Amino acid sequence: MLAKRIIPCMDVTAGRVVKGVNFMELRDAGDPVEIAKRYDDQGADELTFLDITATSDGRDLILHIIEDVASQVFIPLTVGGGVREVDDVRRLLNAGADKVSINTTAIYNPQVVADAAARFGSQCIVVAIDAKKVEGQPFEWEVFTHGGRKPTGLDAVEWAKKMVNLGSGELLVTSMDRDGTKIGFNNSLNRAISDAVAVPLIASGGVGNLQHLVDGVKIGGADAVLAASIFHYGEYTVEQAKTYMQAHNIEVRL
Amino acid sequence: MKKIDIAVVDYGMGNLRSVSKAIEHVASDKTVLITSNPEEIHAAERVVFPGQGAMPECMQELDGRGLHEAVVSAAKTKPFLGICIGLQMLFDHSEEGDANGLGLLEGNVKKFALENVTDAAGEKLKVPHMGWNQVYQYDKPHPLWQGIASGERFYFVHSYYVSLEDEASAMGYGEYPNKFTCAVAQDNIFAVQFHPEKSAQAGLQLLRNFVNWKP
Repeated sequence: MLAKRIIPCMDVTAGRVVKGVNFMELRDAGDPVEIAKRYDDQGADELTFLDITATSDGRDLILHIIEDVASQVFIPLTVGGGVREVDDVRRLLNAGADKVSINTTAIYNPQVVADAAARFGSQCIVVAIDAKKVEGQPFEWEVFTHGGRKPTGLDAVEWAKKMVNLGSGELLVTSMDRDGTKIGFNNSLNRAISDAVAVPLIASGGVGNLQHLVDGVKIGGADAVLAASIFHYGEYTVEQAKTYMQAHNIEVRL
Repeated sequence: MKKIDIAVVDYGMGNLRSVSKAIEHVASDKTVLITSNPEEIHAAERVVFPGQGAMPECMQELDGRGLHEAVVSAAKTKPFLGICIGLQMLFDHSEEGDANGLGLLEGNVKKFALENVTDAAGEKLKVPHMGWNQVYQYDKPHPLWQGIASGERFYFVHSYYVSLEDEASAMGYGEYPNKFTCAVAQDNIFAVQFHPEKSAQAGLQLLRNFVNWKP
């Protein structure tokens, strides 16, 4: 049976892994290659790197990091952050990424999603959706950009469907009001999107304990669960997380 | 021409770096070359035929780059490993874009038809079939399975699967939720639907077995 995936996520800037709280204050969490190898040893199913470098001059650093990781770690690597055009996708894939995640650009220029999927295949195009619960809209969850600061007026569920129609092979759904809070995924948001699309959904934002991972799968309908801080600071290993999920009747790769 | 131990066929589709990096990792003493030059494919001792994306485009690129004949010749004469679309392209025909394949193996490539199909937990099954699934071996040993247990998990990403005319060449199957063939062998060809280059230790073992294979 297909296993539910556990994906440790690393935010990378200036060649280091960092962890923010509510997309603000950054704390140093270590060297990307070392951390990637550690997660691989622990049995991570996949790794995600998000380049949160604010300025364009630091952009190429992520390519070197991906090259280094890809020559030592043989599990799927997803890279996102700052992807603006199809050529950015190509450069990341050539560096060793297996999938590229597209976020803000998908909103301002959805054609990039379609073109990249047509060029490289849907299997390597992940659309990242940052959503927040809102009041006073005809829908429940709105898509945000700029780390949750800028509303787009888009209904997250409809947006997810549109992205899949354009060729996104997977969705990375981050609940912006949960990220860094450790109170668990927004499972009603994830469930609404997971039920609305045919492609796999990665749940992200808010994991504070292992039960949250179980709930993400069982309640939220996620095909994969992504977490950062519970793994970075050694609270839990990936193996502990899998053992816990297995004990709760979730199929995992152990 | 300098000696080429392993040629990875580059026809412009998808990411070949991970394939070559994984092979280099298990065969540091071998020359691994990503190439779109038919002569280098002819000269290589063994050939890896990867693939990503859609099969019609893959076939077009293969033909457009003049690689069709070199790949067919390699598949008939030397240790040859097909991966993902590189497996599917060995067959007669694919439902994907109604495309003809290389016709080296008898059978067709079909799309997972899983609308309204659910798993044991009642969740609908997604397409693509993406992630780590078990690969079960048949009761017929093959050098490429050496050191790999039946039921070991490998990483998959695909929406289409191969349906064989003759099950004799089937070497392994997965379940999603129905049985589908995910590994085939015929003479000097071994081909898999999953990605050994992304399947951690089990995948590296399969690549190591390929590098040492003497069909």
